[in-house]
Amino acid sequence: MTSLKNKTLYLSKEKINRDVWLTWVLKFLGVITGGIILLIIIFLILEALPALREVGITPFFTDASWHPNQGLYNLTPMLWGTLLITLGSVLIATPLGIFSAIFCQYYAPPAVANLYRRLIELLAGIPSVVYGFWGLVTLVPLINRFHPPGTSLLAGIAILSLMILPTIALVADASFAKVPQAYLMGATSLGLSRWGTIWGVAIPAAKSGLLTGVILEVGRAIGETMAVLMVCGNVVQTPESIFNPIRTLTANIALEMAYALGNHRSALFVTGLALMGMIFLLVVGAEVLISNE
Amino acid sequence: MENRPKFISLTIGLALGLGLISCAPNSATKDAADGNLSGKLTLTGSSTVAPLVGEIAKRFEAENPGVRIDVQSGGSSRGLADARQGLADIGMVSRALKEDEVKELKGFTIARDGIGVIIHSSNPVDNLTDEQVVQIYTGEIDNWQEVGGKDAPITVVNKAEGRSTLELFLKYFKLENSQIKADVVIGDNQQGIKTVAGNANALGYVSIGSAEYDIGQGVEIKLLPVGGVEANTKTVQDGSFPLSRPLTLVTTNQPEGLTEKFINFAQSEATNDIVKEQNFVPIQGEN
Repeated sequence: MTSLKNKTLYLSKEKINRDVWLTWVLKFLGVITGGIILLIIIFLILEALPALREVGITPFFTDASWHPNQGLYNLTPMLWGTLLITLGSVLIATPLGIFSAIFCQYYAPPAVANLYRRLIELLAGIPSVVYGFWGLVTLVPLINRFHPPGTSLLAGIAILSLMILPTIALVADASFAKVPQAYLMGATSLGLSRWGTIWGVAIPAAKSGLLTGVILEVGRAIGETMAVLMVCGNVVQTPESIFNPIRTLTANIALEMAYALGNHRSALFVTGLALMGMIFLLVVGAEVLISNE
Repeated sequence: MENRPKFISLTIGLALGLGLISCAPNSATKDAADGNLSGKLTLTGSSTVAPLVGEIAKRFEAENPGVRIDVQSGGSSRGLADARQGLADIGMVSRALKEDEVKELKGFTIARDGIGVIIHSSNPVDNLTDEQVVQIYTGEIDNWQEVGGKDAPITVVNKAEGRSTLELFLKYFKLENSQIKADVVIGDNQQGIKTVAGNANALGYVSIGSAEYDIGQGVEIKLLPVGGVEANTKTVQDGSFPLSRPLTLVTTNQPEGLTEKFINFAQSEATNDIVKEQNFVPIQGEN
Protein backbone atom coordinates (compact mmCIF):
# COMPACT_ATOMS: atom_id res chain seq x y z
CA MET A 1 0.00 0.00 0.00
CA THR A 2 2.62 2.48 1.00
CA SER A 3 4.66 1.89 -2.07
CA LEU A 4 1.61 2.50 -4.19
CA LYS A 5 0.96 5.72 -2.35
CA ASN A 6 4.49 6.78 -2.96
CA LYS A 7 4.10 6.19 -6.63
CA THR A 8 0.90 8.12 -7.05
CA LEU A 9 1.32 10.98 -4.59
CA TYR A 10 5.00 11.72 -4.47
CA LEU A 11 6.17 11.92 -8.02
CA SER A 12 9.84 12.30 -8.56
CA LYS A 13 11.10 15.59 -9.93
CA GLU A 14 11.97 13.90 -13.20
CA LYS A 15 8.41 12.72 -13.69
CA ILE A 16 6.97 16.15 -13.02
CA ASN A 17 9.40 17.49 -15.55
CA ARG A 18 8.12 15.00 -18.09
CA ASP A 19 4.57 16.11 -17.46
CA VAL A 20 5.50 19.73 -17.95
CA TRP A 21 7.15 18.82 -21.21
CA LEU A 22 4.11 16.91 -22.40
CA THR A 23 1.82 19.79 -21.49
CA TRP A 24 3.89 22.22 -23.47
CA VAL A 25 4.16 19.94 -26.47
CA LEU A 26 0.42 19.39 -26.44
CA LYS A 27 -0.25 23.12 -26.06
CA PHE A 28 2.08 23.80 -28.94
CA LEU A 29 0.35 21.23 -31.18
CA GLY A 30 -3.05 22.61 -30.18
CA VAL A 31 -2.00 26.13 -31.09
CA ILE A 32 -0.70 24.93 -34.46
CA THR A 33 -3.97 23.16 -35.28
CA GLY A 34 -6.10 26.09 -34.24
CA GLY A 35 -3.73 28.52 -35.93
CA ILE A 36 -3.94 26.72 -39.25
CA ILE A 37 -7.73 26.90 -39.26
CA LEU A 38 -7.64 30.58 -38.33
CA LEU A 39 -5.06 31.27 -41.04
CA ILE A 40 -7.22 29.55 -43.64
CA ILE A 41 -10.22 31.67 -42.67
CA ILE A 42 -8.15 34.85 -42.65
CA PHE A 43 -6.73 33.94 -46.06
CA LEU A 44 -10.22 33.33 -47.44
CA ILE A 45 -11.44 36.66 -46.15
CA LEU A 46 -8.40 38.54 -47.45
CA GLU A 47 -8.78 37.02 -50.91
CA ALA A 48 -12.53 37.65 -50.92
CA LEU A 49 -12.15 41.23 -49.76
CA PRO A 50 -11.51 42.88 -53.16
CA ALA A 51 -14.80 41.54 -54.53
CA LEU A 52 -16.71 42.32 -51.36
CA ARG A 53 -15.35 45.85 -51.44
CA GLU A 54 -15.98 46.53 -55.12
CA VAL A 55 -19.19 44.59 -55.53
CA GLY A 56 -20.61 44.62 -52.02
CA ILE A 57 -22.37 41.75 -50.30
CA THR A 58 -25.96 42.05 -51.54
CA PRO A 59 -25.17 41.56 -55.28
CA PHE A 60 -24.03 38.05 -54.37
CA PHE A 61 -27.65 37.34 -53.50
CA THR A 62 -29.60 39.72 -55.74
CA ASP A 63 -27.80 39.83 -59.12
CA ALA A 64 -29.62 38.42 -62.15
CA SER A 65 -27.23 35.52 -62.66
CA TRP A 66 -23.69 34.22 -62.16
CA HIS A 67 -21.63 35.66 -65.02
CA PRO A 68 -18.60 37.07 -63.25
CA ASN A 69 -16.95 38.23 -66.48
CA GLN A 70 -20.00 40.42 -67.12
CA GLY A 71 -20.11 41.61 -63.52
CA LEU A 72 -22.97 39.42 -62.34
CA TYR A 73 -22.34 37.46 -59.16
CA ASN A 74 -25.49 35.77 -57.87
CA LEU A 75 -24.59 32.83 -55.60
CA THR A 76 -28.08 31.87 -54.40
CA PRO A 77 -28.78 29.20 -57.06
CA MET A 78 -25.57 27.46 -55.99
CA LEU A 79 -26.47 27.74 -52.31
CA TRP A 80 -29.75 26.04 -53.17
CA GLY A 81 -27.92 23.47 -55.25
CA THR A 82 -25.58 22.56 -52.40
CA LEU A 83 -28.44 22.52 -49.89
CA LEU A 84 -30.77 20.35 -51.99
CA ILE A 85 -28.17 17.84 -53.03
CA THR A 86 -26.96 17.48 -49.44
CA LEU A 87 -30.48 17.15 -48.07
CA GLY A 88 -31.50 14.64 -50.74
CA SER A 89 -28.51 12.38 -50.31
CA VAL A 90 -28.61 12.49 -46.50
CA LEU A 91 -32.32 11.59 -46.52
CA ILE A 92 -31.55 8.55 -48.66
CA ALA A 93 -28.27 7.46 -47.10
CA THR A 94 -29.20 7.81 -43.41
CA PRO A 95 -31.98 5.18 -43.20
CA LEU A 96 -30.05 2.91 -45.55
CA GLY A 97 -26.91 3.22 -43.47
CA ILE A 98 -28.64 2.73 -40.12
CA PHE A 99 -30.63 -0.26 -41.33
CA SER A 100 -27.56 -1.84 -42.85
CA ALA A 101 -25.83 -1.44 -39.49
CA ILE A 102 -28.81 -3.02 -37.70
CA PHE A 103 -28.67 -5.91 -40.15
CA CYS A 104 -24.98 -6.29 -39.50
CA GLN A 105 -25.28 -6.21 -35.70
CA TYR A 106 -28.50 -8.06 -34.98
CA TYR A 107 -29.64 -10.13 -37.91
CA ALA A 108 -26.73 -11.31 -40.06
CA PRO A 109 -24.76 -14.43 -39.11
CA PRO A 110 -21.23 -13.37 -38.04
CA ALA A 111 -19.56 -14.58 -41.23
CA VAL A 112 -21.96 -12.64 -43.44
CA ALA A 113 -21.78 -9.58 -41.19
CA ASN A 114 -17.99 -9.57 -41.44
CA LEU A 115 -17.98 -9.88 -45.20
CA TYR A 116 -20.65 -7.18 -45.44
CA ARG A 117 -18.61 -4.83 -43.25
CA ARG A 118 -15.53 -5.32 -45.44
CA LEU A 119 -17.64 -4.49 -48.48
CA ILE A 120 -18.90 -1.27 -46.93
CA GLU A 121 -15.35 -0.35 -45.98
CA LEU A 122 -14.34 -0.94 -49.57
CA LEU A 123 -17.15 1.36 -50.68
CA ALA A 124 -15.73 4.05 -48.38
CA GLY A 125 -12.30 3.67 -49.95
CA ILE A 126 -13.30 4.27 -53.57
CA PRO A 127 -12.00 7.70 -54.68
CA SER A 128 -14.67 10.25 -55.49
CA VAL A 129 -13.42 10.73 -59.04
CA VAL A 130 -14.16 7.06 -59.71
CA TYR A 131 -17.71 7.49 -58.46
CA GLY A 132 -18.00 10.55 -60.65
CA PHE A 133 -16.68 8.77 -63.70
CA TRP A 134 -19.03 5.85 -63.18
CA GLY A 135 -21.89 8.30 -62.77
CA LEU A 136 -20.95 10.14 -65.93
CA VAL A 137 -20.71 7.08 -68.18
CA THR A 138 -23.46 4.92 -66.64
CA LEU A 139 -25.92 6.78 -64.49
CA VAL A 140 -26.20 9.98 -66.53
CA PRO A 141 -26.94 8.21 -69.87
CA LEU A 142 -29.51 6.10 -68.01
CA ILE A 143 -31.35 9.15 -66.65
CA ASN A 144 -30.96 10.80 -70.04
CA ARG A 145 -33.04 8.05 -71.60
CA PHE A 146 -36.02 8.93 -69.41
CA HIS A 147 -35.54 12.62 -68.97
CA PRO A 148 -32.79 14.50 -70.86
CA PRO A 149 -30.19 15.87 -70.34
CA GLY A 150 -29.39 13.30 -67.64
CA THR A 151 -26.83 15.41 -65.79
CA SER A 152 -29.08 16.54 -62.98
CA LEU A 153 -29.81 17.02 -59.32
CA LEU A 154 -31.07 13.43 -59.30
CA ALA A 155 -27.78 12.05 -60.63
CA GLY A 156 -25.92 14.08 -58.01
CA ILE A 157 -28.12 12.87 -55.18
CA ALA A 158 -27.78 9.25 -56.30
CA ILE A 159 -23.98 9.37 -56.50
CA LEU A 160 -23.63 11.33 -53.29
CA SER A 161 -25.92 8.89 -51.42
CA LEU A 162 -23.63 6.06 -52.45
CA MET A 163 -20.58 8.02 -51.35
CA ILE A 164 -21.82 8.97 -47.89
CA LEU A 165 -23.54 5.65 -47.20
CA PRO A 166 -20.35 3.98 -45.86
CA THR A 167 -19.77 6.86 -43.44
CA ILE A 168 -23.13 6.53 -41.72
CA ALA A 169 -23.18 2.71 -42.03
CA LEU A 170 -19.78 2.27 -40.38
CA VAL A 171 -20.36 4.84 -37.64
CA ALA A 172 -23.80 3.39 -36.88
CA ASP A 173 -22.32 -0.10 -36.82
CA ALA A 174 -19.67 1.01 -34.33
CA SER A 175 -22.17 2.74 -32.08
CA PHE A 176 -24.50 -0.28 -32.07
CA ALA A 177 -21.53 -2.45 -31.13
CA LYS A 178 -20.95 -0.18 -28.13
CA VAL A 179 -24.46 -0.67 -26.72
CA PRO A 180 -23.88 -2.64 -23.47
CA GLN A 181 -24.79 -6.33 -23.75
CA ALA A 182 -26.66 -6.06 -20.43
CA TYR A 183 -29.22 -3.72 -22.01
CA LEU A 184 -29.96 -6.18 -24.77
CA MET A 185 -30.06 -9.15 -22.40
CA GLY A 186 -32.37 -7.23 -20.10
CA ALA A 187 -34.69 -6.45 -22.98
CA THR A 188 -34.70 -10.06 -24.11
CA SER A 189 -35.42 -11.29 -20.59
CA LEU A 190 -38.40 -8.96 -20.45
CA GLY A 191 -39.73 -10.85 -23.45
CA LEU A 192 -39.27 -8.09 -26.03
CA SER A 193 -39.12 -9.22 -29.62
CA ARG A 194 -35.89 -8.75 -31.55
CA TRP A 195 -37.28 -5.71 -33.35
CA GLY A 196 -38.71 -4.39 -30.08
CA THR A 197 -35.27 -4.64 -28.52
CA ILE A 198 -33.68 -2.81 -31.41
CA TRP A 199 -36.29 -0.08 -31.66
CA GLY A 200 -36.84 0.42 -27.92
CA VAL A 201 -33.38 -0.19 -26.52
CA ALA A 202 -30.53 -0.31 -29.03
CA ILE A 203 -31.43 2.75 -31.11
CA PRO A 204 -32.05 5.08 -28.13
CA ALA A 205 -28.85 3.84 -26.48
CA ALA A 206 -26.83 4.45 -29.67
CA LYS A 207 -28.47 7.78 -30.45
CA SER A 208 -25.51 10.09 -29.91
CA GLY A 209 -23.32 7.87 -32.07
CA LEU A 210 -25.91 7.87 -34.82
CA LEU A 211 -26.13 11.65 -34.65
CA THR A 212 -22.36 11.91 -35.02
CA GLY A 213 -22.62 9.70 -38.09
CA VAL A 214 -25.25 11.97 -39.61
CA ILE A 215 -23.10 15.06 -38.99
CA LEU A 216 -20.10 13.36 -40.58
CA GLU A 217 -22.07 12.36 -43.67
CA VAL A 218 -23.56 15.84 -44.03
CA GLY A 219 -20.05 17.27 -43.84
CA ARG A 220 -18.85 14.91 -46.53
CA ALA A 221 -21.87 15.65 -48.73
CA ILE A 222 -21.42 19.43 -48.53
CA GLY A 223 -17.73 19.25 -49.29
CA GLU A 224 -17.84 16.70 -52.10
CA THR A 225 -16.61 18.26 -55.33
CA MET A 226 -15.29 16.00 -58.03
CA ALA A 227 -18.12 13.48 -58.38
CA VAL A 228 -20.77 16.16 -58.13
CA LEU A 229 -18.98 18.29 -60.72
CA MET A 230 -19.01 15.39 -63.16
CA VAL A 231 -22.66 14.37 -62.91
CA CYS A 232 -24.63 17.48 -61.97
CA GLY A 233 -24.35 19.47 -65.20
CA ASN A 234 -23.09 22.59 -63.41
CA VAL A 235 -25.65 24.96 -64.91
CA VAL A 236 -26.16 27.84 -62.50
CA GLN A 237 -29.89 27.77 -61.83
CA THR A 238 -32.29 27.12 -59.00
CA PRO A 239 -33.66 23.69 -59.89
CA GLU A 240 -37.38 23.33 -60.51
CA SER A 241 -37.33 19.55 -60.64
CA ILE A 242 -34.85 16.84 -59.76
CA PHE A 243 -34.11 16.43 -63.48
CA ASN A 244 -32.68 19.96 -63.76
CA PRO A 245 -28.92 20.38 -63.82
CA ILE A 246 -27.49 22.26 -60.85
CA ARG A 247 -24.16 23.66 -59.73
CA THR A 248 -22.89 23.36 -56.18
CA LEU A 249 -20.62 25.86 -54.43
CA THR A 250 -17.71 23.44 -54.44
CA ALA A 251 -18.10 22.68 -58.15
CA ASN A 252 -18.18 26.41 -58.87
CA ILE A 253 -14.77 26.88 -57.28
CA ALA A 254 -13.26 23.81 -58.93
CA LEU A 255 -14.63 24.66 -62.37
CA GLU A 256 -13.59 28.27 -62.57
CA MET A 257 -10.61 28.77 -60.28
CA ALA A 258 -7.97 27.70 -62.79
CA TYR A 259 -8.71 30.53 -65.21
CA ALA A 260 -10.24 33.21 -63.02
CA LEU A 261 -8.64 36.65 -62.77
CA GLY A 262 -9.36 39.81 -60.80
CA ASN A 263 -12.86 40.14 -59.40
CA HIS A 264 -13.88 36.77 -60.79
CA ARG A 265 -11.16 35.07 -58.77
CA SER A 266 -12.06 37.03 -55.71
CA ALA A 267 -15.74 36.16 -56.16
CA LEU A 268 -14.76 32.48 -56.08
CA PHE A 269 -13.21 33.08 -52.67
CA VAL A 270 -16.54 34.59 -51.64
CA THR A 271 -18.03 31.27 -52.77
CA GLY A 272 -15.56 29.56 -50.46
CA LEU A 273 -16.60 31.84 -47.61
CA ALA A 274 -20.25 30.99 -48.24
CA LEU A 275 -19.34 27.32 -48.05
CA MET A 276 -17.46 27.89 -44.78
CA GLY A 277 -20.51 29.74 -43.48
CA MET A 278 -22.74 26.78 -44.30
CA ILE A 279 -20.43 24.34 -42.55
CA PHE A 280 -20.16 26.68 -39.57
CA LEU A 281 -23.96 26.72 -39.26
CA LEU A 282 -23.98 22.93 -39.52
CA VAL A 283 -21.45 22.55 -36.70
CA VAL A 284 -23.28 25.04 -34.47
CA GLY A 285 -26.60 23.34 -35.20
CA ALA A 286 -25.15 19.95 -34.34
CA GLU A 287 -23.63 21.37 -31.14
CA VAL A 288 -27.05 22.70 -30.06
CA LEU A 289 -28.76 19.44 -30.97
CA ILE A 290 -26.30 17.34 -28.97
CA SER A 291 -26.30 19.61 -25.92
CA ASN A 292 -30.09 19.46 -25.87
CA GLU A 293 -29.97 15.69 -25.57
CA MET B 1 14.54 21.67 -18.91
CA GLU B 2 18.25 21.69 -19.41
CA ASN B 3 17.56 19.67 -22.54
CA ARG B 4 16.04 22.59 -24.31
CA PRO B 5 19.11 24.50 -25.49
CA LYS B 6 20.48 21.27 -26.86
CA PHE B 7 17.22 20.61 -28.67
CA ILE B 8 17.14 24.10 -30.16
CA SER B 9 20.70 23.99 -31.38
CA LEU B 10 19.97 20.60 -32.91
CA THR B 11 16.97 22.02 -34.74
CA ILE B 12 18.90 25.01 -36.00
CA GLY B 13 21.75 22.78 -37.04
CA LEU B 14 19.40 20.54 -38.98
CA ALA B 15 17.72 23.48 -40.65
CA LEU B 16 21.04 24.99 -41.65
CA GLY B 17 22.26 21.66 -42.90
CA LEU B 18 19.20 21.20 -45.07
CA GLY B 19 19.55 24.74 -46.35
CA LEU B 20 23.16 24.15 -47.30
CA ILE B 21 22.30 20.90 -49.04
CA SER B 22 19.58 22.53 -51.08
CA CYS B 23 21.86 25.43 -51.95
CA ALA B 24 24.70 23.27 -53.12
CA PRO B 25 23.46 22.17 -56.55
CA ASN B 26 22.43 25.71 -57.44
CA SER B 27 25.79 27.27 -56.91
CA ALA B 28 27.47 24.35 -58.59
CA THR B 29 25.40 24.58 -61.75
CA LYS B 30 25.87 28.30 -61.94
CA ASP B 31 29.60 27.78 -62.18
CA ALA B 32 29.22 24.98 -64.69
CA ALA B 33 26.84 26.98 -66.87
CA ASP B 34 29.07 30.02 -67.07
CA GLY B 35 30.22 29.14 -70.53
CA ASN B 36 26.63 28.49 -71.61
CA LEU B 37 23.45 30.52 -71.46
CA SER B 38 22.61 32.30 -68.26
CA GLY B 39 20.32 35.07 -67.21
CA LYS B 40 16.70 35.70 -66.46
CA LEU B 41 13.68 36.07 -68.73
CA THR B 42 10.31 37.47 -67.75
CA LEU B 43 7.17 36.63 -69.74
CA THR B 44 3.73 38.00 -68.98
CA GLY B 45 0.38 37.88 -70.70
CA SER B 46 -2.45 35.62 -71.82
CA SER B 47 -3.69 33.01 -69.37
CA THR B 48 -4.20 30.67 -72.33
CA VAL B 49 -0.60 30.85 -73.42
CA ALA B 50 0.95 31.00 -69.95
CA PRO B 51 0.53 27.29 -69.02
CA LEU B 52 2.04 26.24 -72.36
CA VAL B 53 4.95 28.64 -72.10
CA GLY B 54 5.39 27.60 -68.46
CA GLU B 55 5.97 24.00 -69.55
CA ILE B 56 8.25 25.05 -72.39
CA ALA B 57 10.19 27.24 -69.97
CA LYS B 58 10.64 24.32 -67.58
CA ARG B 59 12.25 22.26 -70.31
CA PHE B 60 14.36 25.20 -71.46
CA GLU B 61 15.58 25.69 -67.90
CA ALA B 62 16.37 22.02 -67.59
CA GLU B 63 18.50 22.19 -70.74
CA ASN B 64 20.13 25.49 -69.75
CA PRO B 65 20.60 25.33 -65.98
CA GLY B 66 21.90 28.90 -65.78
CA VAL B 67 18.64 30.36 -67.05
CA ARG B 68 15.69 31.41 -64.92
CA ILE B 69 12.36 32.02 -66.65
CA ASP B 70 9.51 33.74 -64.89
CA VAL B 71 6.07 33.24 -66.47
CA GLN B 72 3.13 35.30 -65.23
CA SER B 73 -0.40 35.36 -66.58
CA GLY B 74 -2.62 38.41 -66.58
CA GLY B 75 -4.35 38.56 -69.93
CA SER B 76 -3.24 39.33 -73.47
CA SER B 77 -3.55 43.08 -72.97
CA ARG B 78 -1.13 42.94 -70.08
CA GLY B 79 1.25 40.95 -72.26
CA LEU B 80 1.18 43.67 -74.93
CA ALA B 81 1.51 46.52 -72.43
CA ASP B 82 4.36 44.86 -70.51
CA ALA B 83 6.28 44.10 -73.70
CA ARG B 84 5.85 47.71 -74.90
CA GLN B 85 6.97 49.23 -71.61
CA GLY B 86 9.83 46.80 -71.20
CA LEU B 87 8.39 45.36 -67.97
CA ALA B 88 8.60 41.95 -69.57
CA ASP B 89 11.13 40.59 -72.04
CA ILE B 90 8.39 38.78 -73.94
CA GLY B 91 4.64 39.28 -73.93
CA MET B 92 2.17 36.44 -74.50
CA VAL B 93 -0.91 37.07 -76.64
CA SER B 94 -3.64 34.59 -77.56
CA ARG B 95 -4.40 36.10 -80.99
CA ALA B 96 -2.64 37.39 -84.07
CA LEU B 97 -1.18 40.89 -83.85
CA LYS B 98 -3.34 43.62 -85.37
CA GLU B 99 -2.03 45.75 -88.24
CA ASP B 100 -1.10 48.77 -86.17
CA GLU B 101 0.57 46.53 -83.59
CA VAL B 102 2.79 44.89 -86.20
CA LYS B 103 4.43 48.28 -86.86
CA GLU B 104 5.93 48.54 -83.37
CA LEU B 105 5.98 44.94 -82.15
CA LYS B 106 7.33 41.64 -83.40
CA GLY B 107 5.11 38.61 -83.12
CA PHE B 108 6.16 34.94 -83.14
CA THR B 109 3.55 32.21 -83.35
CA ILE B 110 4.46 29.22 -81.17
CA ALA B 111 1.27 27.15 -81.59
CA ARG B 112 -2.32 27.36 -82.72
CA ASP B 113 -5.49 26.82 -80.77
CA GLY B 114 -8.54 25.43 -82.58
CA ILE B 115 -11.99 24.63 -81.30
CA GLY B 116 -14.22 22.02 -82.89
CA VAL B 117 -17.96 21.53 -82.50
CA ILE B 118 -18.61 17.92 -81.47
CA ILE B 119 -21.66 15.65 -81.42
CA HIS B 120 -22.21 11.96 -80.70
CA SER B 121 -21.02 9.75 -83.55
CA SER B 122 -24.46 8.13 -83.90
CA ASN B 123 -26.04 11.53 -84.62
CA PRO B 124 -27.07 11.67 -88.33
CA VAL B 125 -26.43 15.44 -88.52
CA ASP B 126 -23.28 16.14 -90.56
CA ASN B 127 -23.25 19.87 -90.79
CA LEU B 128 -24.50 22.88 -88.86
CA THR B 129 -24.38 26.41 -90.19
CA ASP B 130 -22.96 29.09 -87.91
CA GLU B 131 -26.46 30.49 -87.58
CA GLN B 132 -27.85 27.14 -86.50
CA VAL B 133 -25.14 26.78 -83.86
CA VAL B 134 -26.03 30.22 -82.50
CA GLN B 135 -29.74 29.37 -82.49
CA ILE B 136 -29.11 26.11 -80.65
CA TYR B 137 -26.89 27.76 -78.08
CA THR B 138 -29.38 30.55 -77.42
CA GLY B 139 -32.25 28.08 -77.09
CA GLU B 140 -34.16 29.08 -80.24
CA ILE B 141 -33.69 25.58 -81.62
CA ASP B 142 -34.04 22.83 -79.05
CA ASN B 143 -34.74 19.75 -81.13
CA TRP B 144 -32.43 17.95 -83.57
CA GLN B 145 -35.38 17.58 -85.97
CA GLU B 146 -35.16 21.30 -86.78
CA VAL B 147 -31.63 20.90 -88.15
CA GLY B 148 -32.16 17.65 -90.01
CA GLY B 149 -31.69 15.12 -87.22
CA LYS B 150 -34.00 12.77 -85.39
CA ASP B 151 -36.78 13.89 -83.07
CA ALA B 152 -34.85 14.41 -79.84
CA PRO B 153 -34.14 17.35 -77.55
CA ILE B 154 -30.67 18.87 -77.89
CA THR B 155 -28.41 18.77 -74.86
CA VAL B 156 -26.35 21.95 -75.04
CA VAL B 157 -22.89 21.60 -73.50
CA ASN B 158 -21.15 24.85 -72.58
CA LYS B 159 -17.82 25.67 -70.94
CA ALA B 160 -17.33 27.19 -67.50
CA GLU B 161 -16.73 30.90 -67.21
CA GLY B 162 -13.16 32.05 -67.67
CA ARG B 163 -12.02 29.25 -70.01
CA SER B 164 -10.27 30.48 -73.12
CA THR B 165 -12.20 27.97 -75.24
CA LEU B 166 -15.42 29.66 -74.16
CA GLU B 167 -13.95 33.08 -74.90
CA LEU B 168 -12.96 32.11 -78.45
CA PHE B 169 -16.28 30.36 -79.07
CA LEU B 170 -18.28 33.40 -77.91
CA LYS B 171 -16.15 35.74 -79.95
CA TYR B 172 -16.52 33.78 -83.15
CA PHE B 173 -20.28 33.33 -82.83
CA LYS B 174 -20.69 36.89 -81.47
CA LEU B 175 -22.47 35.73 -78.32
CA GLU B 176 -22.53 36.85 -74.69
CA ASN B 177 -22.21 34.05 -72.18
CA SER B 178 -25.45 35.15 -70.48
CA GLN B 179 -27.36 34.53 -73.74
CA ILE B 180 -26.39 30.86 -73.76
CA LYS B 181 -28.95 28.42 -72.43
CA ALA B 182 -26.86 25.43 -71.48
CA ASP B 183 -27.97 22.04 -70.17
CA VAL B 184 -24.52 21.03 -69.02
CA VAL B 185 -21.55 23.18 -68.06
CA ILE B 186 -18.18 21.48 -68.14
CA GLY B 187 -14.65 22.27 -67.09
CA ASP B 188 -11.91 20.72 -69.14
CA ASN B 189 -11.93 19.19 -72.62
CA GLN B 190 -11.95 15.61 -71.36
CA GLN B 191 -15.12 16.19 -69.38
CA GLY B 192 -16.73 17.70 -72.48
CA ILE B 193 -15.76 14.73 -74.63
CA LYS B 194 -17.03 12.22 -72.02
CA THR B 195 -20.29 14.13 -71.70
CA VAL B 196 -20.95 14.16 -75.44
CA ALA B 197 -19.80 10.55 -75.87
CA GLY B 198 -22.27 9.50 -73.19
CA ASN B 199 -25.23 11.44 -74.59
CA ALA B 200 -26.48 10.74 -78.13
CA ASN B 201 -28.23 14.12 -78.31
CA ALA B 202 -25.49 16.38 -77.00
CA LEU B 203 -23.74 19.22 -78.78
CA GLY B 204 -20.53 20.64 -77.39
CA TYR B 205 -17.24 22.24 -78.34
CA VAL B 206 -13.73 21.29 -77.32
CA SER B 207 -10.12 21.71 -78.36
CA ILE B 208 -9.59 20.07 -81.73
CA GLY B 209 -6.34 18.46 -80.61
CA SER B 210 -7.97 16.49 -77.80
CA ALA B 211 -11.09 15.66 -79.86
CA GLU B 212 -8.98 14.24 -82.69
CA TYR B 213 -6.90 12.19 -80.30
CA ASP B 214 -10.00 10.69 -78.65
CA ILE B 215 -11.68 9.93 -81.98
CA GLY B 216 -8.51 8.04 -82.86
CA GLN B 217 -8.96 6.09 -79.62
CA GLY B 218 -12.46 5.06 -80.67
CA VAL B 219 -14.44 7.46 -78.49
CA GLU B 220 -17.95 7.89 -79.91
CA ILE B 221 -17.87 11.53 -80.99
CA LYS B 222 -17.44 13.34 -84.30
CA LEU B 223 -16.22 16.80 -85.22
CA LEU B 224 -18.49 19.01 -87.32
CA PRO B 225 -17.13 21.47 -89.88
CA VAL B 226 -17.35 25.14 -88.91
CA GLY B 227 -18.12 27.73 -91.58
CA GLY B 228 -17.85 24.94 -94.18
CA VAL B 229 -14.25 24.12 -93.24
CA GLU B 230 -13.35 20.61 -92.09
CA ALA B 231 -12.21 20.58 -88.46
CA ASN B 232 -8.82 18.94 -88.08
CA THR B 233 -5.30 19.81 -87.05
CA LYS B 234 -4.30 20.46 -90.69
CA THR B 235 -6.85 23.19 -91.28
CA VAL B 236 -5.98 24.68 -87.90
CA GLN B 237 -2.31 24.57 -88.81
CA ASP B 238 -2.69 26.37 -92.13
CA GLY B 239 -5.07 28.89 -90.58
CA SER B 240 -8.05 28.13 -92.82
CA PHE B 241 -10.18 26.82 -89.95
CA PRO B 242 -12.14 29.86 -88.75
CA LEU B 243 -12.57 28.90 -85.10
CA SER B 244 -8.87 29.06 -84.37
CA ARG B 245 -6.21 31.51 -83.29
CA PRO B 246 -2.46 31.71 -83.09
CA LEU B 247 -0.72 31.78 -79.72
CA THR B 248 1.86 34.50 -80.09
CA LEU B 249 4.99 35.68 -78.30
CA VAL B 250 5.60 39.41 -78.64
CA THR B 251 8.78 41.49 -78.37
CA THR B 252 9.49 45.16 -79.02
CA ASN B 253 12.75 44.74 -80.92
CA GLN B 254 14.22 42.03 -83.06
CA PRO B 255 15.01 39.52 -80.30
CA GLU B 256 18.61 38.64 -79.61
CA GLY B 257 20.60 36.62 -77.09
CA LEU B 258 18.60 34.68 -74.58
CA THR B 259 15.25 36.03 -75.80
CA GLU B 260 15.98 34.86 -79.34
CA LYS B 261 17.17 31.45 -78.14
CA PHE B 262 14.01 30.97 -76.10
CA ILE B 263 11.66 32.00 -78.93
CA ASN B 264 13.48 29.71 -81.35
CA PHE B 265 13.21 26.90 -78.85
CA ALA B 266 9.48 27.52 -78.35
CA GLN B 267 8.91 27.45 -82.11
CA SER B 268 11.04 24.38 -82.71
CA GLU B 269 9.83 20.81 -83.09
CA ALA B 270 11.46 19.99 -79.76
CA THR B 271 8.41 21.40 -78.01
CA ASN B 272 5.74 19.77 -80.20
CA ASP B 273 4.95 17.17 -77.57
CA ILE B 274 4.32 19.88 -74.96
CA VAL B 275 2.10 21.77 -77.39
CA LYS B 276 0.04 18.65 -78.05
CA GLU B 277 -0.15 17.80 -74.36
CA GLN B 278 -1.81 21.16 -73.77
CA ASN B 279 -4.33 20.44 -76.56
CA PHE B 280 -2.89 22.99 -78.94
CA VAL B 281 -1.69 22.42 -82.49
CA PRO B 282 2.03 22.74 -83.31
CA ILE B 283 2.89 25.26 -86.06
CA GLN B 284 5.10 22.93 -88.05
CA GLY B 285 3.72 19.50 -88.63
CA GLU B 286 5.00 16.01 -88.65
CA ASN B 287 1.68 15.02 -90.18
